[in-house]
Amino acid sequence: SPDPSAVISDLVTSYPPKVMRKRRRHIIVNDPQEPDQIEANARSVPGIITTRGCCYAGCKGVVLGPVSDIVHIVHGPVGCSYYAWMTRRNQSGNSVDTNGVPNYINYAFTTDLTEHEIIFGGEKKLMQAIREANEIFHPKAIAVFSTCPVGLIGDDVHAVAALAKAELGINVFGFSCEGYKGVSQSAGHHIANNGLFKNVVGTEDLPEEELTNPFRINLLGEYNIGGDAFELERVFEKCGFDLVSTFSGNAQYSDLAHAQEANLNVVMCHRSINYMAEMMETKYGIPWLQVNFIGAESTAKSLRKIARYFGDEDLIARVEQVIAEEMAELEPIRQDVRSRTQGKTVMLYVGGSRAHHYQALFADIGMPTVAAGYEFAHRDDYEGSRVTPTIKMDADSRNIEELSVSADPDEFRARKTTEELLALEAGGLKFADYEGMMPEMAKDALVIDDISHHELEVLIEYYKPALICSGIKDKYVVEKMGVPCKQLHNYDYGGPYAGFQGAVNFYQEIDRVVNAAVWRFITPPWAKQTA
Amino acid sequence: MLDHTPTQVVERSALRINPANTCQPIGAMYAALGIHRCLPYSHGSQGCCSYHRSHLTRHFKDPVMAATSSFTEGASVFGGQPNLLQGLSTVFTTYKPDVVAVNTTCLSETIGDDIPQIVGQAQTDGIIPDGKYVIHANTPSYAGTHVTGFSNMCVAMAKYFAKPIETKPKATDKPWVNIVPGWVEPSDMREIRRITEALGMKATLFPDTAGVLDSPQTGHFEMYPSGGVTIEELQNLGRAQATLALGQWASREAAIEVENRAYVPREVLDLPIGIGATDRFLECLRFRGGVIPKSIEEERGRLVDFIVDTQQHFYNKKVAIAGDPDQVIALTEFCRDLGMIPVHVLTGNQGKAFTRKVTQVLGDKAAGTHIEQKGDMFLLHQLIKNEPVDLLLGNTYGKYIARAEDLPFVRVGWPILDRVGHSYLTTVGYTGAIQLGSKMLDALLDRRDRDAADPKFELVL
Repeated sequence: SPDPSAVISDLVTSYPPKVMRKRRRHIIVNDPQEPDQIEANARSVPGIITTRGCCYAGCKGVVLGPVSDIVHIVHGPVGCSYYAWMTRRNQSGNSVDTNGVPNYINYAFTTDLTEHEIIFGGEKKLMQAIREANEIFHPKAIAVFSTCPVGLIGDDVHAVAALAKAELGINVFGFSCEGYKGVSQSAGHHIANNGLFKNVVGTEDLPEEELTNPFRINLLGEYNIGGDAFELERVFEKCGFDLVSTFSGNAQYSDLAHAQEANLNVVMCHRSINYMAEMMETKYGIPWLQVNFIGAESTAKSLRKIARYFGDEDLIARVEQVIAEEMAELEPIRQDVRSRTQGKTVMLYVGGSRAHHYQALFADIGMPTVAAGYEFAHRDDYEGSRVTPTIKMDADSRNIEELSVSADPDEFRARKTTEELLALEAGGLKFADYEGMMPEMAKDALVIDDISHHELEVLIEYYKPALICSGIKDKYVVEKMGVPCKQLHNYDYGGPYAGFQGAVNFYQEIDRVVNAAVWRFITPPWAKQTA
Repeated sequence: MLDHTPTQVVERSALRINPANTCQPIGAMYAALGIHRCLPYSHGSQGCCSYHRSHLTRHFKDPVMAATSSFTEGASVFGGQPNLLQGLSTVFTTYKPDVVAVNTTCLSETIGDDIPQIVGQAQTDGIIPDGKYVIHANTPSYAGTHVTGFSNMCVAMAKYFAKPIETKPKATDKPWVNIVPGWVEPSDMREIRRITEALGMKATLFPDTAGVLDSPQTGHFEMYPSGGVTIEELQNLGRAQATLALGQWASREAAIEVENRAYVPREVLDLPIGIGATDRFLECLRFRGGVIPKSIEEERGRLVDFIVDTQQHFYNKKVAIAGDPDQVIALTEFCRDLGMIPVHVLTGNQGKAFTRKVTQVLGDKAAGTHIEQKGDMFLLHQLIKNEPVDLLLGNTYGKYIARAEDLPFVRVGWPILDRVGHSYLTTVGYTGAIQLGSKMLDALLDRRDRDAADPKFELVL
């Protein structure tokens, strides 16, 4: 494997000097014992060809979009609504026929602003759009999302939402998630968390008869891409956990509205939903644990964590039995695939979570991660929660609202006493803690934040990995270089990959990808003969 | 599927549902990719650029490169000049394009960034290397559609490069035409060039994405593939005898720009999809000095043979057609010529010109047709619920309606996100008409086979 410091110098030398110095701070040679400080969550360099998206994508596209019975109206010109229309594969099993819950997941709604509204303001059109949506669809709630020009022309989406709420008698709420806010999708996550927490969470109660199972959990930061949440719902039910809500894969409005009824929050995607976990702990007294349901080994570990939290002997035994059953089914497939994947190297460049989580799945089949990075994660996602107090807010993110939350006088209920929590922590459970990606990566692996097109090309030339995991914009670039690329945002339209059955799907898919016959055909036979 | 779409159509004045179009900059990006060694550049916040690259990639299954100014909140308030200067510096230093084609978004348009002034500053500051170019098109997302953005970037090509050329071609030179091919597949551009050259003519296509967005797998990534119209070709637009604009919405403005700047007469034609429009395209080339060879006449003859052989299957079949205006008009004519009845004809673009044109194409069949400009897919679905059809022609988004209403469906136009191969096959010219007609026939006959009771299930059709 190449000398990482030589690689780093080649990664940045063809930039203008100022850009070189800036990018150098986003690249780290890993030491798992002492993770170095990485620069993250900073603005992208103009012109560098980043893969990042915007605040609107993080808010509407990621966090709110999957909630299938809310009408999501995008306030802006047509594009933002159009591009987020079914392109993220957050599936929904809800239907009027099977459970009486409407499902608007295949619809895109927008105010389709024109020049007239840019000049004279779009509030009237927004109000009218909300009325029309209500008249045609009769939804339980309507959410409104601001796009770039809305902030500039001064439309007040919150005021319009409040008026509409009063007029229509349904919950209507707005998000100021203009694309230019923050530096990436991340700002949108935060804004979405705040809006859901203020306007939805805690607004409904579960009836008494639905509170009989004490092992009530919320699954935070799981968006049911390719059916991941369906598989986790299956596993949870088998284990005997009661899933109150998922934020927000396969979710309904009401699930989120009574999320405060859970006794534990488990967090999958730390980046997008840690705000919600923190705020719910403060307001309602619900502790949170970081989990990872990607990979068979890490799924087993995460289920054990949850069982240990509740501490019920029967539950613990049942969870062990589920793990044993699922593992027995999965193990022969894993061994078979592993015989063809062992030792093949992989690089991962995915949003704000999967570049870490999927390393566990690759470890299951013997594939080492030689380089990884996030588009828009923050330092704590790289280095772990321990660095959170030292993270400095820069000017680009300062305007993202921080809610001040306190214990609710009526609703706060400590789920565990301080003694109980301390005992659990002594037993190895870490609450409100995410260990981060870098401590789990090998020594000398490269960690690169907000990777550019140029850097990706250089890395492929140096490492010649067996596989790269990234997104749609990189996929065909990488494959043109003769290297297979597995999309870890949309799973190349497959999945689920979470949980036990998901792990099996993934093993088989990776076997197919890295061992496909086609790669042998790239060079024509006559070119081979003359070479 | 789409369970909440009511049959009853209620007038909507504010809520757009399931749009039949998207915004300008993505069209400008697609057009810019049709210039050789050009890097498209999006002057706005980076979400737009990512969305546009992603959506084009999903359609072409090929790399789509573009850079962005990555606006932050500060730039959105105080202007994006520093971002564009930095962006151009990074792009020319690191990615070394010959041309950067800047498009704008609703963000930079709303704040009113003056692109020529900023590019002038970049020139003064020495950011743009010698022999390199920065061109731009203003593409506000709140006006027009993606087709408008495509048109605007085509205009920019002419605006920046076309100039009068005194030296006229010699009598012995091949007849020379400029062709603005419109928003069609790379394969279609390749076919338009093949036809033109088969007539013994020289053609400058702009833009030309053949060889850019259908590039071969070689084991090497080329940031700037071999295809695309070159700067030299654009500088020589003035040498041609005429500029043919294929498609009024996508191409006319660029042809006018060439006419105004380089004194080359323009001719606006329909996209050569189907038999009538291809005939007119060839007649136009012939008028400009092309000689129609036997091989092309045979291609036409095979198409006529196909139509003769398939009359009974198409006759009086009801069809709904949705998409971009130039495509929809040409498809409507082709369906009419096959003996079908276009019942619903819809585009997302605004303009009475569309209604007039479709009415004219349909002639005596127009009376019973719903022609909708500035429509959306929600309305199309409602129209189909009220008056069902036998076949739906449209882009990928049509598949939800096709499934909900159990309709035979043929993917045509842009975007096609859920199939592969459309960027290699063609729908233009006589050959393209056979390929498209064959797909339509397959859809209708697959349905007939599926629905037929056992005794009525035929071996030969």
